[in-house]
Amino acid sequence: MLTLEEMRIVRGDFSLAADMTLAQGRSYAVIGPSGSGKSTLLAAICGFVPVAAGRLLRDGVDITEQHPGQRGMTMLFQDNNLFPHLTVRQNVGLGLRPDLRLKAADKEKIDAALARVGLSDHAAKRPGALSGGQQSRVALARVLVQARPWVLLDEPFAALGPALRVEMLDLVQDLAQETGAGLIMVTHAPDDVRRIADEVIFVEGGRAHTPGPAAELLDNPPPALRAYLG
Amino acid sequence: MAERAVALSDRTGLIAAALVAALILAALVAVFAAADVGGGLGAADWAAVRFTAMQAVLSALISVLLAVPVARALARRRFAGRGALITLLGAPFILPVIVAVLGLLTVFGRSGMLNQIGGQLGLPPVSIYGLHGVVLAHVFFNLPLATRLLLQGWQSIPSERFRLAGQLKMTPRALFLALEWPMLRQVLPGVGALIFVICLTSFAVALTLGGGPRATTIELAIYQAFRFDFDLGRAALLSVVQLVLAGGAAVAALWLIPAIGLGGGLDRPLRRWDARGGVQRGIDVTAIVLAALFLLLPLGAVVLRGLRGVFHLPLTVWQAAMNSILVAGLSVLVLAVLALPLAGWIATRRRGGAEAIGLMGLAASPLMIGTGWFILINPVLDPARLSLPVTSLVNALMALPFVLRILVPRLRETLQDYGPLTQTLGMRGWALWRLLVLPRLRPQLGFAAGLTGALSVGDLGVIALFADQERATLPLQMYRLMGAYRMEAAAGAALLLLVLALAVFFICDKWGRWHADA
Repeated sequence: MLTLEEMRIVRGDFSLAADMTLAQGRSYAVIGPSGSGKSTLLAAICGFVPVAAGRLLRDGVDITEQHPGQRGMTMLFQDNNLFPHLTVRQNVGLGLRPDLRLKAADKEKIDAALARVGLSDHAAKRPGALSGGQQSRVALARVLVQARPWVLLDEPFAALGPALRVEMLDLVQDLAQETGAGLIMVTHAPDDVRRIADEVIFVEGGRAHTPGPAAELLDNPPPALRAYLG
Repeated sequence: MAERAVALSDRTGLIAAALVAALILAALVAVFAAADVGGGLGAADWAAVRFTAMQAVLSALISVLLAVPVARALARRRFAGRGALITLLGAPFILPVIVAVLGLLTVFGRSGMLNQIGGQLGLPPVSIYGLHGVVLAHVFFNLPLATRLLLQGWQSIPSERFRLAGQLKMTPRALFLALEWPMLRQVLPGVGALIFVICLTSFAVALTLGGGPRATTIELAIYQAFRFDFDLGRAALLSVVQLVLAGGAAVAALWLIPAIGLGGGLDRPLRRWDARGGVQRGIDVTAIVLAALFLLLPLGAVVLRGLRGVFHLPLTVWQAAMNSILVAGLSVLVLAVLALPLAGWIATRRRGGAEAIGLMGLAASPLMIGTGWFILINPVLDPARLSLPVTSLVNALMALPFVLRILVPRLRETLQDYGPLTQTLGMRGWALWRLLVLPRLRPQLGFAAGLTGALSVGDLGVIALFADQERATLPLQMYRLMGAYRMEAAAGAALLLLVLALAVFFICDKWGRWHADA
């Protein structure tokens, strides 16, 4: 369980308030106009942006000031999710050992994860030699070995074509289900929301609204959301 | 986005910074303590101050003014050998000063090519010694540097602007006023300031082409007070003057000096639709040909003369060459130990402030630091015995500001791009260096190491203060041969030195680019 308790993010003139509880194992789509603070909300949850007021709790433990690496979260960014100078196997291995001193058991896990995302034959390659979709799969294989309780997606598949993006989203959803992780993803596409989100967090006007059931909200949006969806 | 400081340890960076500061400050304190303030500056000293400032102003002005047409020609023309010429423009930066001086002497000297041609035309011989010789050598070194930096400026103008200018059929004058002049106005002061600062602390050029009451730089005056009069007090006093002058100028120029890139992309010519007329073409061709000749003739002369001398080099030259390689290797090592943690420390900080630590090396002149350390070492040990290590150290300090300018932007970019990822993964400490920083910075490291090694191999500065008859580096040995009028052997040594400097640079740079994929 992830609790955003009267949380407030302030960056210059911009400010965003959030007060909600998210259940692990469910998937949340964060939608809203550009500049509304979707990415900032994710960055604050993950610990990259300081929280000005309020608290962030995971399973009752205050993690507001905790290092991003110790929050039990893994985040996929818009880009730079892989180190271009390391091999696919090394990139995945970093999810297990941040100093890459891999033991035999680690290697087995890595190979299993690569097999799961269909990249067994590419373990020794560098990301530059892979297609965009394959690169996303490498990042997902790392999410799999990390097996952290929360997975945050800040539009990591934005550069992929529609079919590939859907494929990746399905894979993410499968992986999240396999590891029992909660999913929080920023998206622009209502179709994506319908496809994998259980609930929707609408960010607008300096406020992240309490999550509501995805289908219901999309079918019957309140005025502000209706204006955004068009 | 990453507001949290990335987990690059501050401690090692602070230690490195403290070490650099201590090395320089210890020398400073020693110099201040020994400075003979009572006597004040004599007439000769004031003449040195005036000459130092004047030659630096002239060198900067002429280099920058000549660089404008050359850079413009290179920016808007495409021709075979353009890439090679631009690469060549990078050469003087790593070219040992004494080698270039020999080349310039061969072309512009008393019995050089120019005077021979002039003599046949009945012109009186021109002497290269004195103010114009010093300025000539400085222009030789800094015209290419200025050209490269200006070329960067030209390439920073978006190509769309030139397309637009082509559509509008703008005249060369209109295009200059609309696109090129605004860029030049931004870039020129920085380039000029950089060259001015470099020339302020010039020693080897003044040592070989200057001298006498009318053409002595402060740096040379320190050396003479030290070497000929063994007047430590006066040497120290002059060091203080040098520090105030060069240090003040360096700090003032800090905000103007442009970033030093790897020079990537400079060989990518832009398609241009303007300046197709005959006059413009004529101006460009003239600029390029003259610049190429100005660079190539002295270099070619060194190679040709050297080929004759290289086979009867005295044993001392080979020993000196070994010493030089040792000094260069040590410099690179010292630099790696100091520059990497320093760069890490600076890169995780907001812009400005911290970078000044690296510039201390530029502000404090090599001979000043050398003088300070001589004063410190002298009571304890024979300074000559430490001549090679001290030379390595000072050379590394001299290269530090350039190296930081090479490393820090790339490191900053790397941390910005991959900082969040390393944090979610919990990478820190040595793992962060090993897995992220070193591999990402490898091309820059190779380039920086090559630069440092080449500068160190070719340096003729502190070593001249410290060395005795047994210990010499190749540049010093070459200078001694020139002083003894053994020009054949000196030319051979020059060629050897040239090859060494280029080889050091080439090997390091190649190492950096090897497997530098993605």
